[in-house]
Amino acid sequence: MILIILFLLATLPLYSRGYTVVLLSSIFMYIIITVSWTMFSGPTGYISLAPAAFFGVGVYTSALLGLLLPLPAVIGMGGLASFFLALLVGALTLRLRGIYFVMFTFGLVELLLHFVLWWEVNITGTTGRVVPTMGNTAVYYIMLIIFVILMITATFIKHSKFGLALQSIGEYEEAAAHTGINVTALKTITFAISAFFIGAAGATMATRWTYIDPRIAFNPLISFMPVLMAIFGGMGQLYGPIIGATIFTYLEEFLITRFPYYYMLIFGIIMVVAILYLPNGLVGLTQKLRKGGLKQPHANT
Amino acid sequence: MRILEGEGVTKNFGGLTAISNVDFHVEQGEIVGLIGPNGAGKTTLFNLISAALVLTSGVIRFKGEKISGLKTHQICRTGVARTFQSVKVFSNMAVLENVLLGSLFGRSTGMSSVDATREAMESLEFVGLSAVRAIPAKDITLANQKRLEVARALATKPELLLLDELIAGLNPTETTEAMELVTKIRDKGITIFMIEHVMKAIMGICDRLIVLHHGEKIAEGTPREIATSRTVVEVYLGEQAYAGS
Repeated sequence: MILIILFLLATLPLYSRGYTVVLLSSIFMYIIITVSWTMFSGPTGYISLAPAAFFGVGVYTSALLGLLLPLPAVIGMGGLASFFLALLVGALTLRLRGIYFVMFTFGLVELLLHFVLWWEVNITGTTGRVVPTMGNTAVYYIMLIIFVILMITATFIKHSKFGLALQSIGEYEEAAAHTGINVTALKTITFAISAFFIGAAGATMATRWTYIDPRIAFNPLISFMPVLMAIFGGMGQLYGPIIGATIFTYLEEFLITRFPYYYMLIFGIIMVVAILYLPNGLVGLTQKLRKGGLKQPHANT
Repeated sequence: MRILEGEGVTKNFGGLTAISNVDFHVEQGEIVGLIGPNGAGKTTLFNLISAALVLTSGVIRFKGEKISGLKTHQICRTGVARTFQSVKVFSNMAVLENVLLGSLFGRSTGMSSVDATREAMESLEFVGLSAVRAIPAKDITLANQKRLEVARALATKPELLLLDELIAGLNPTETTEAMELVTKIRDKGITIFMIEHVMKAIMGICDRLIVLHHGEKIAEGTPREIATSRTVVEVYLGEQAYAGS
């Protein structure tokens, strides 16, 4: 099943219109960001609003190194730059819980945005940069490759002992530490792995945009979208964020083209309804429907 | 041999001294009770031993080696496990998974997942929870959640087990069963340091008692010595009560 889907996706640019390839690239970009986000924030409950920071770092890596290095190296560097930024930030801030962590991670996006803006204006004397382009089909294939590697990584983590440990951190961090889990190291490394993929996606996407400036690279929406998409899809299973991101991105495209003036309004209403009535996302809803309301409480002793 | 030893253990929270210059020790193979009125600093002392809190001054040694200064997970791996006053099980995870984390992460040496699962099962068997292993921890009774915490702690293969109010909130039958479990754990060769409020239970089971009051150690001795100690009775019943009796 998975292989068939992968085969279809891999051969898709051969027989489909250019627009489909572009749309699917965007969908993959959001899937990568959302699955990466869920990999860390899902089990641990640390709600990170840093994706835009990691994405932006990837975008700028691509702009700076695009002409100097071959493409795979540029994308790898974009991921690595985000990885090390996340290691540093994680080591400093992952002791903050709840709203403090949320605000700090969002602050990081603003900090980087304004730092790069200041740097570009005062040091390099520009505001925007041109990124070497590589064509829509190439972007599509790279996104597909990143997506496949990400899914393998995420599945491996989720089903390893580290996945279990991350979940225990989300439930009772103090008890997890008392059970012998090095909570600080595990949180920081997982946070950094998730940042790697977001950075790689940013480095890839930059080549499609061709022109970038700090406000495009560090767009706060990139931080909010994965949270919304993951909630919409459901975080309990890995395919939840995939479904959420796919439907959301498609919906956005559809609404922009059909209702250019009202699209944000309709989008907002759908979001509110989803959060109010789908606490466990679409995946939670389908699981509930499948059970058919026959909720059997566990036998207790 | 002194398996656990504290010297001049002190903890300040801002201007408040929660534990003041306490010396204590636990001999290998003993069951030692830590008692005292509410707010005496008993749980704080446990938190200092397990590094949930950092010492203000003093030193804590485990088997002669200094452990104060280590991180919580490192202390667990050296062989000191604990349970919590307010139960801290991983509610949405299966009972077996709770214990599995202990055998996967709580040892000084790594272990294959097959071995870890086997040891987790043994731990569950030992506390009598095998039958509910597949159920989420939030769906079992409080008494069983307390047993689950014990099983999770045992899965880390400790030499010293800190039990923080294992009996609180249990009915008389469950209390008896819990006390039997404590004896069974000691018979396995694991030293036990336990906080308890239920005097009847603790008097019968402990080899030695340490009494804390306002963060200071006011008495130490066998249950019989403590029960007849004038200072202890004053602390528990008030000076007037003793003088008037």
